[in-house]
Amino acid sequence: MAWELKSDRPIYAQLIEQIELRICSGVYPLGSKIPPVRELAQEAAVNPNTMQRALAKLEEDGLLYTNRTAGRFVTEDVKLVKQVRNKLAREHAQIFIKKMTELGFEHDEILSIINSIMKEMKE
Amino acid sequence: MNNILECKNLTKAFGNKVALNDVTLSIPRGRIIGLLGPNASGKSTFIKLCNDLLTPTRGEILIDGKRPGVETKKIVSYLPERNYLNEWMRVSDIVGFFRDFYDDFNVEKAYDMLNRLDINPRDKLKTMSKGTKEKVQLILVMSREAQLYMLDEPIGGVDPAARDYILDTILGNYNENATIILSTHIISDIEKILDEVIFIKEGRIVLNKTVDEIREETGKSVDSLFREVFRC
Repeated sequence: MAWELKSDRPIYAQLIEQIELRICSGVYPLGSKIPPVRELAQEAAVNPNTMQRALAKLEEDGLLYTNRTAGRFVTEDVKLVKQVRNKLAREHAQIFIKKMTELGFEHDEILSIINSIMKEMKE
Repeated sequence: MNNILECKNLTKAFGNKVALNDVTLSIPRGRIIGLLGPNASGKSTFIKLCNDLLTPTRGEILIDGKRPGVETKKIVSYLPERNYLNEWMRVSDIVGFFRDFYDDFNVEKAYDMLNRLDINPRDKLKTMSKGTKEKVQLILVMSREAQLYMLDEPIGGVDPAARDYILDTILGNYNENATIILSTHIISDIEKILDEVIFIKEGRIVLNKTVDEIREETGKSVDSLFREVFRC
């Protein structure tokens, strides 16, 4: 999974989202050890202090925890990861709906578009 | 001493042309800082003052508590804006030179980076392209285990792929207590690796903030803010 960072929003906030995404999608499985700060910073081509700040916030939120000697790990709390997953889903849906509304679609039109596209993608 | 670099009311005039005007700054350890400004804004003057290549007209600079001189050169690794290496020398000779000159030079690191960039240590500098020479210089400078790196336009002449490698080298090779100050006007490629940016305009500091503060407050990248502040 490549790190995608947009240029108009704080890097720190984007790193948090991307790590959340990696945890929810299983790139970093529950209970697994994540790479050290330096390595992550280099991989994402960002400043190590910014990466550190993002990881600290994720620790505060409980998604990551540090074992003093062994490194940093992903939580094993399935419920918490589900919550984050729902939060990410809501955010993506909100952005999508906002864009569709800007295009002038009504709510039931949006729903029917989603339904027909999902049918197409299944086929 | 928490700050690696402090300057107070630093001013440099060449005749009646003021290149740097009353600059006061504190730069902590463990940061990567971008010194950003258009041509002739005073970036190189500032870096040269820090490296004892120029003397201040007024004011003072302290690096690790000391005035620029022999002692500070031991802990500052400086990449000048132009090539100062002898064209007839082989890369391996220059590596030997650096090893003799600087106690903190890590030969292994230098050869490792040369190898990764496919530069043959047996090659003479004069056979190399401009971009390759720049890479050699940067490798030499980053192979020192310095406390402060001052890089004057480190990515100016290299192609975007090599630029990525150089940024990767910078991120991968500095220790977290060291500070890097780099001057550039190519901002979009490097803003992600910076903690803080200092905008310098006509010899004065007009902005000194973290990259994320700028993005948060203005909703703009450092690159687009730069274009606004320095619109011609």
